[in-house]
Amino acid sequence: MSVATKTDKIQRLAELAATKETATGASLWREAFRRLKHSKMAIIGAVIIALFIVLAIVGPYIAPYSPTAQTWRGEVFPNRGEFVGARGENWFGLDHLGRDLFSRFLVGARQTLLVGIVATTIGLIIGFVIGGLAGAFATLGGDTGKRIDSVIMRFIDIMLAMPSLLLAVSIAAVMGQSLTAVMIAVGVVQIPVFARLLRGSMLAQGTSDYVLAAQSLGLRKRRIVLSQVIPNSLSPVIVQATLSLATAIIEAAALSYLGLGNPDPAIPEWGVMLTQAQRFFDNAPMMAVYPAVGIIITALGFTLLGEAMREALDPKLRG
Amino acid sequence: MSLLELDGVKVHFPIKKGVLFGRTVGHVYAVDGVSLKVEAGETYGLVGESGCGKTTLGRSVLRLVDITEGSVVLDGTDLAKLPGEEMRRFRRRLQMVFQDPLGSLNPRQNIESILSEGMVAHGIGKDQEERREKIKSILDKVGLPSNALSRYPHEFSGGQRQRIGIARALVLEPDVIICDEPVSALDVSVQAQVINLLEELQEELGLTYLVIAHDLAVVRHISDTIGVMYLGSLVEEAPSDALYAEPKHPYTKALMSAVPVPDPEVEDRRERILLTGDLPSPANPPSGCRFHTRCPWVQERCSTERPELRDVGGGHRVACHYADEIESGALKRTRPTDIEAVTETEGVVTEQPEGATEVSVALLPADSTTKPDPEVVKERVSSAVEARSDQTADAVVKDADAANPNASGKTSDETD
Repeated sequence: MSVATKTDKIQRLAELAATKETATGASLWREAFRRLKHSKMAIIGAVIIALFIVLAIVGPYIAPYSPTAQTWRGEVFPNRGEFVGARGENWFGLDHLGRDLFSRFLVGARQTLLVGIVATTIGLIIGFVIGGLAGAFATLGGDTGKRIDSVIMRFIDIMLAMPSLLLAVSIAAVMGQSLTAVMIAVGVVQIPVFARLLRGSMLAQGTSDYVLAAQSLGLRKRRIVLSQVIPNSLSPVIVQATLSLATAIIEAAALSYLGLGNPDPAIPEWGVMLTQAQRFFDNAPMMAVYPAVGIIITALGFTLLGEAMREALDPKLRG
Repeated sequence: MSLLELDGVKVHFPIKKGVLFGRTVGHVYAVDGVSLKVEAGETYGLVGESGCGKTTLGRSVLRLVDITEGSVVLDGTDLAKLPGEEMRRFRRRLQMVFQDPLGSLNPRQNIESILSEGMVAHGIGKDQEERREKIKSILDKVGLPSNALSRYPHEFSGGQRQRIGIARALVLEPDVIICDEPVSALDVSVQAQVINLLEELQEELGLTYLVIAHDLAVVRHISDTIGVMYLGSLVEEAPSDALYAEPKHPYTKALMSAVPVPDPEVEDRRERILLTGDLPSPANPPSGCRFHTRCPWVQERCSTERPELRDVGGGHRVACHYADEIESGALKRTRPTDIEAVTETEGVVTEQPEGATEVSVALLPADSTTKPDPEVVKERVSSAVEARSDQTADAVVKDADAANPNASGKTSDETD
């Protein structure tokens, strides 16, 4: 071996050693994010969601007309009973009161997103607390803990036993017609889903060796739950939250459709628009199609992202 | 006085039925009365087959499972009676190394976080800086680079992960480390490294080990004293060399005879004890001696009276009524244990015609003390086939006959 290649080799080894010295470990969250960035499904979903969010923010400012501005009856039905379809100055046409559908669509995005996010957050937070408590008692509370968990979970079972839409309808009906009622109703329906999911995930982690190891290290129970069990139980819950956002939007739309939504006509929302379009479906089907397609595409965006996250977070696919 | 003393430890898990108000319908007698002593600075090895309760026993020492009865005394303190918070603080002195190196490390924590968690819980080190220094010195001791600190468990190899597990136990400066199958998840070359590391650390830090394993070679290598467990209790305990030289309990004999000898001639000639049947369920253990359902030397007394561990001299303790009689040969076997006997019985009950040829081939090595004669082999094959065909329909006999010349031809080819 010549001297030159030998020094080359030494240099290379030194470089290698140097890189190792500075390299920091990749946490599972970071690796999952890296996988997410390479997933086509995630990118499509994220783009749809991003467009939706942008629309929700700037919608009211770029809308060509006021969403509540009406026109004369003669202009609404120029040809006796026929709606004004899509045309140059009204891209989506006019509704039965002569309001510009395109403007209503743009402005309605904000309300729709708000309902989805707030409802899911309500469900997530309450479900997380209930499920987390039940899971903590079940894994580390001994016999008494198991009994407490059992009581909590039976209540959750009662909630699950009711059809979700029926439950939401009754809550919304009791609370009266308001946007808050819709959000709470849709949120409450999500509680048992999150609670069960987190508890189940915690139970699975609770029997794992590292929880046993944490116990044998002498960690306090609260610390074990917060630093060992919960961080490892989060991924299915995060995925579920993304998927629930889509369901929440659809359920809020369903409630609006049933007439339990926001009664204020000044604030358009896709679900409300769908309800109103129903009466004129024979004459103007496109009036229903616009908000429906909006809801479907948004729900699709969240579902795609959710599915991609499920795959990215799956430890079996780690590599 | 020994550092760690277990006296009559029992761990019974209730079997529950019902949803809200569980009703206890029985117990799993995972550990059923184990007494042993571990001397300071020594290694106590615990062996036994899967499901014999050795892992549960290890966990009961740390109170990771509730102790139903008995006492675990560490340095004069009975751990079984300590209230929760005091037990938590006491765990600093008793640490554990787990079987699955990856499973026992939290996948979402980096190494620094994993190793400092225990120190934080016990208030060791003023700040993270001080703790990091300590972690670095321990990492050095177990042979890991200090840049491992910011890495995550999945970025390491199996052997390195187990080193992390050992480091995690060491940072708390424990007196006793319980190693639950510390190397069984590693491949053989790495096993040796980890075992040697454990021995070096023992010498350097004066550690006391309780090693739980099913690998007899590993246990022999590392242990000073060995206890053999069967179905929740100790059947034999002896200094490691004495146990391997002359096992006294029938179960230990069978266990030892399962280890192959790396000398083909000795391997051929030595006596092998094959146990029949499976390990009985610990939820419904046999009466009397737990081993009497499988013991080759079983007597009437064994099914009624449970033998206690008794000293037979030289620190050798054995739980068998007839250990001395078996040793002197005064007691005859009451069950077949020979490898040939067991194989032949199996041959007769084999259902398929091809079974006969398989048996004939299997008979060869077992009989290799005498020179195999092709004629004898032929005879055996046909007799085996006949024995079979007596019990089967005509069509099958035809098949067997068709297979017969083929089979004997094959076997004589092999013997030539």
